[in-house]
Amino acid sequence: MRYLALLALCLAPLVAVAQEWEDRQVFGAENTGTPLRILSSTDASFFTPIIEDFIASNPSASVEYLVTGTADLNKIFRETPNDFDVVISSAMDLQLKLANDGFAARLQDVSHPEWAQWHNSLFAFTSEPAAIVVNRSALGDLPIPNTRQDLIQLMRNHPDHFRGRVGTYDVRQSGLGYLFATQDARASETFWRLTEVMGRINARLYCCSGQMIDDLITGDLFMAYNVLGSYAQIRAETSHELLVILPSEFPTTMMRTVLASRTAENPQVAEDFIRHLLTLQAAGSPTNFPLPSLSLSEANGGQTTIALNPALMTYLDQMKRDDFIREWEDAIVQGK
Amino acid sequence: MTDDVNVSGSLRNRLAMILTGGAAVLAVILFVVVRALATQVAQQGQDNILNASMSSILDTAIIRDGRVTLDFPYSSLSMLGTSADDRVFYAIYESDNLLSGYGDLRTPNTTSHDQNQFTNSTYNGDTIRIATGTRILIGSDGPRTVSVSIAQTQDALSDTLNIISRNVALIGLGFFVLSSALALWAASATSGQLHRLTRSVTRRGPQDLSPVTKEVPSEMGPLVGSLNTFMSRLNHTLTQSEDFIAEAAHRIRTPLATVRSHAEATLQRVEHSENRAALQSMVRAIDESSRAAGQLLDHAMVTFRAENLETEDVDLVELLRELVQRMTPVADMKDITITLKSDGPAILSGDAILLQNALRNLIDNALKYAPAETAVVINVSTTPEISVSVMDGGSGFATDEIKTLSGRFIRGKDTGNKVGSGLGLTIAKEVTAAHGGTMSLQNRSEGGACVTLHF
Repeated sequence: MRYLALLALCLAPLVAVAQEWEDRQVFGAENTGTPLRILSSTDASFFTPIIEDFIASNPSASVEYLVTGTADLNKIFRETPNDFDVVISSAMDLQLKLANDGFAARLQDVSHPEWAQWHNSLFAFTSEPAAIVVNRSALGDLPIPNTRQDLIQLMRNHPDHFRGRVGTYDVRQSGLGYLFATQDARASETFWRLTEVMGRINARLYCCSGQMIDDLITGDLFMAYNVLGSYAQIRAETSHELLVILPSEFPTTMMRTVLASRTAENPQVAEDFIRHLLTLQAAGSPTNFPLPSLSLSEANGGQTTIALNPALMTYLDQMKRDDFIREWEDAIVQGK
Repeated sequence: MTDDVNVSGSLRNRLAMILTGGAAVLAVILFVVVRALATQVAQQGQDNILNASMSSILDTAIIRDGRVTLDFPYSSLSMLGTSADDRVFYAIYESDNLLSGYGDLRTPNTTSHDQNQFTNSTYNGDTIRIATGTRILIGSDGPRTVSVSIAQTQDALSDTLNIISRNVALIGLGFFVLSSALALWAASATSGQLHRLTRSVTRRGPQDLSPVTKEVPSEMGPLVGSLNTFMSRLNHTLTQSEDFIAEAAHRIRTPLATVRSHAEATLQRVEHSENRAALQSMVRAIDESSRAAGQLLDHAMVTFRAENLETEDVDLVELLRELVQRMTPVADMKDITITLKSDGPAILSGDAILLQNALRNLIDNALKYAPAETAVVINVSTTPEISVSVMDGGSGFATDEIKTLSGRFIRGKDTGNKVGSGLGLTIAKEVTAAHGGTMSLQNRSEGGACVTLHF
């Protein structure tokens, strides 16, 4: 019994650190003092220049950047809100619910557009559409799908060509995938037909955009739906196989959001970081802000950006979520 | 004048105080009432939206496969978006089992069977407004009660109320300032009428007892009416007594002249020294009485003429020269020399008879009080204004009497047995005043009195 207790004691810290991060990076490690802990769903490569710029202007600061999936991120932060200072996620609905439930600190007098912030606590700083990404050579002579309807036609006409070669988010695992899916479903019935067609040809389900793009480059996947356009665009610069298409009827556009934990240890540093991030966003210089900033989305007005509104919580309702997932599973997992 | 009036408070201040006080009270009432109304309306607005949101959720409740589900639309929560980004909470219950939402939103006792009830509460440290509704679904296994509570923080509401309060406060303040300005204006306009009447009465000369003829507001009519009546009564009484004195003086003087001539004649015949002395003092007394009567008449004449002044150009130097000439014999009797100094004619627009009378009284006084073998100097100067000084070599005025000597029947204390009525300086003063001038009494530094008339 005593040994068991001892074992439990030894294991307890292990359990605490047993969290497996997709990525973990420390910036300004030589600086003393508690590091600013950023919990994020964004690949570290995008944030490296931003954080380095922040440390350059706050030489005493150090930053620990922890990356995990959106759904996981939401779960971790809800369980231990004191352990993190800043939360960055692309799942707007989960972020808004965090702010609504009082996890976020209110920052006063932040000069930021009214439509890109909520309750002075949740701030949107990018504008990123969901895209259809195809592998050019895999597509061959087939027409390039510019709309969801084209996509449906393509898969219906050539089911054997695309069987097992089309990918999309697994909405059960990915918070962002769930957000994209629910917003699509809200906007058009096409979404359900598309899901059904994808189910029929045994579409593959992914946790994250990165893996979908990887498989597209290797030619494992021919097409992917609802891939994060910003990630795909960066990879398309180096791989000519990739073609990024924004659905011309309505590209669902997400805004990446940031909030400061209300119970954070370094509230001032967290606030400074958010202000710095928003300043970089407003400046929009690609060298130290590699993400698509908000102003760009304003320029090509046709996009349907998901609004920061309490209604985002609608599909997070347990009953609605259960119904949606069941319906989605019925459509896409039919053959499995 | 107000020194001896029993003054208590000010009509204008009281009026202004009542009006501004009333305006202040009204402004405060306006603020309180409008703010209460605005609160009610704003709360009603929030309640309506909460109710609509709650109903739209409740309406989607159905029984599917034996369980209650609510597939509520996106708009149910999106309609709760506010400018202040108010936080939104909801809870869906079947009987007492939480189906979804915020389980800690509802306090146990709020479950009542009232339809659509609104309550205030706090959640996460914020004030929230909760709308709750219930619906009964009939399933295969009997009725099932579904209730939905939807809550919203009140940031936008309090923002709205703050804006309204600020605006209403500004309106109230503006109302108060305007009303106060009006109140002050009304108060000073009212008291201005009184001031005008006061000024027109104060500006009058001492002899002016004519009625007030200016237009006055009806409220002041009775006051002015009684003032006019009072003045006309006073005027009547004054005129009567002046007439009476003049008549009396006149009636006394003539018999006195007869008595004096009889006394003079008797004096010539009486040899006994005691009798002579008695007669002489009798003549002196008669002279004094006659002189007093004469001056009383003079005074009555002066009063009358001063009231109805008839002016012509009078050369004071010429007038004085005649007077000096006429009085030289009297001066010679006392070995007094009269000198008239002037630097040219002094033309004055006035009543020659009055002026002569006044100056004669002054010279008369000088001769009377100057000791023998002294000089009386009359100096006329025309720059900067016309003035006449009569100076003698007597003992001068007692310094404590200078201010009062020109009053009626006031005589100096050291006048000894000199004949006099106490009216001489009064006549001189009143004549000067009737010509718009002043009289001043001084003692000369080298001894003797100096009376100066400034015109």
